[in-house]
Amino acid sequence: MFKTNIPVKTPKPDMNPMVDMAFLLVSFFMLTTTFKAAEPILIEKPQSQSELKMPERGIATITVGEEGRIFFTVDGKYTRKKLLKMMGDQHQIDFSGTEQDEFALLPSVGLPVEQLPGFLALNPQQRKGVDQPGIPCDTARNELSDWVVLTRVANPGVRIAVNADKDTPYAYIDRIIRTLQHNKIYRFNLITELESTE
Amino acid sequence: MSMEEQKEKADWPREKPKRDKRGQKGSIEVDMNPMVDLAFLLLTFFMLATTFSQPQLMELVMPVLPEEEDVEQEQPVKETQALSVVLGEDDQVYWYVGITQPEVHQFAWDEQRVRQVLEEAQNNMSELVLLIKPMEASRYENLIDLLDEINAVGIERYAIAEVTKEDRALLPAD
Repeated sequence: MFKTNIPVKTPKPDMNPMVDMAFLLVSFFMLTTTFKAAEPILIEKPQSQSELKMPERGIATITVGEEGRIFFTVDGKYTRKKLLKMMGDQHQIDFSGTEQDEFALLPSVGLPVEQLPGFLALNPQQRKGVDQPGIPCDTARNELSDWVVLTRVANPGVRIAVNADKDTPYAYIDRIIRTLQHNKIYRFNLITELESTE
Repeated sequence: MSMEEQKEKADWPREKPKRDKRGQKGSIEVDMNPMVDLAFLLLTFFMLATTFSQPQLMELVMPVLPEEEDVEQEQPVKETQALSVVLGEDDQVYWYVGITQPEVHQFAWDEQRVRQVLEEAQNNMSELVLLIKPMEASRYENLIDLLDEINAVGIERYAIAEVTKEDRALLPAD
């Protein structure tokens, strides 16, 4: 009789369109991603219903930890280079070109300025191990003030944002607000997270 | 194009080109799976690394610091206009209307109650000026929550002020 000779092959789907799509998405995400800058310390942001989104550029952030340590950062490599140079001039420290380049890549600074050259000489892995004491900000010595003022010189359009942990005692926030007020910065932003509505 | 060629084109994906026993010209099939795996791996990575939730900003405007010669010109706030909210330790909230010898109310932080106080003040006091007085030990979160409520209620004249000696005297000592 007849022998039916149907091949038991699974049809092979054409994967090209899928691959095309996958690569298209990969390139899209690669180009649009801006990586989260590593936060120097863990900050649990307070929640609010504010609808103002944080801009991606032109923002200087003052981070305050629960124990009051202050970190400072501003976006933009050129701004940062310029900032370090001016900071060096102010404090009679001569930062070399390599140190400026290193600083441009530094996520944030939380050291008195005279400790910066030593810190910049370390490699990124070693830097992680350094427990930064925070930027001095009191009446005797207020380096935060210099950082803020010089950042505004380096990039006049910069906006100042305060990123504080929700459990920070107000006394630490007060120091920062006062510093800003003394530098004639009356309008600034507080970073919060969108309140989750249950 | 010959008929045969056309036919071959039409059913191209279905039928693989027959392997010629004599072995020539058959298109080589490349195993694309590793590439696809990699593509999807990267895709997942970038999707996860993208910052989806940008933080929100809250704008705060502080008053200009008075110059020494200006102090005289400062307009005092009228007693009936002033609502003071003192944020204390352990999420305590104290509030009072007026400046001299007011009646101090106290409660532990509660969003509903705060809103109620603010709304009542907004409706009943003309030209309300809200003074926020956070004590040193109060938590930052309470300040943010209070500012949030102020924005929600729509109070326009408010300021963060220092806790004065007089304020401290009003608060229950503990």
